[in-house]
Amino acid sequence: MALSRKVGLLAGAKYKGGGPMLAWVLHRISGLGIIIFVTLHVTASFLTQQLGSDLGIFINIIYESVYFQLFIVFCAIFHGVNGFRIIVLDIWPRLIRYQKESTWLEWFVILPLYGLTVFIMIRRFLEG
Amino acid sequence: MRSRVMPKPSWNLDYMMWIFTRLSGLSIILLVVIGISAGLLMGARSQMDLGTLMRWTFFPNPNHVLDSEIPDIYLWSNGFWQIMQILVVFFAATHGFNGLRVVLEDYSLSGLWQVFLRFLILLLWIFSALVGIYVILGS
Repeated sequence: MALSRKVGLLAGAKYKGGGPMLAWVLHRISGLGIIIFVTLHVTASFLTQQLGSDLGIFINIIYESVYFQLFIVFCAIFHGVNGFRIIVLDIWPRLIRYQKESTWLEWFVILPLYGLTVFIMIRRFLEG
Repeated sequence: MRSRVMPKPSWNLDYMMWIFTRLSGLSIILLVVIGISAGLLMGARSQMDLGTLMRWTFFPNPNHVLDSEIPDIYLWSNGFWQIMQILVVFFAATHGFNGLRVVLEDYSLSGLWQVFLRFLILLLWIFSALVGIYVILGS
């Protein structure tokens, strides 16, 4: 029997999936974030290098801002670590029983990595 | 409790892309590990800051390390790194645009819309991969 997929955004948000659901949502958001960043970066480089256009420099300013950088570093680290978790669970399906614990484990990897990077980035940003 | 009987997989687009997503994900992690290790071995520890090393790690393009203190660009700009960049572009573009397709098709798109979106994503994928390889071979 196929699952009904006609679920609205609000009903979906009320689903109490816990850690694994949060990982699923963040995996999508971070993936889309990376697509947006890479598209902007390729477009800007192409416009600047090939056409010498000012639009390229404008796009550059957007993704070189510290807020965008903090966002994109989170996207890259989360997408990488969570993707690795998904691959491990897919190779050894027996581990699905521990998928809640696996999301806890992945935050133990992500938070120090991201925290240290944010610390270095903000210190550098404040230095100017 | 009896486990479900696994249906025999058929080699359709979704099954192949499911496998490709895992393989390309692992490959990108491997390429990132190679990029950061080789960068450190080539002197990144004393010659560039973290941001520059990160840019190099995710895409080993010589333009990414130009404004650092490396004495000689030769180590950072040769055929080996061009092949690595082409691999990154191929795996990342395919992985990314397929992911975009999966997310879009989750929002109950069907029929002509699905065909149109698949075609659009196919065009974007070919275009971005070609632009990427053009930039790599030119830099």
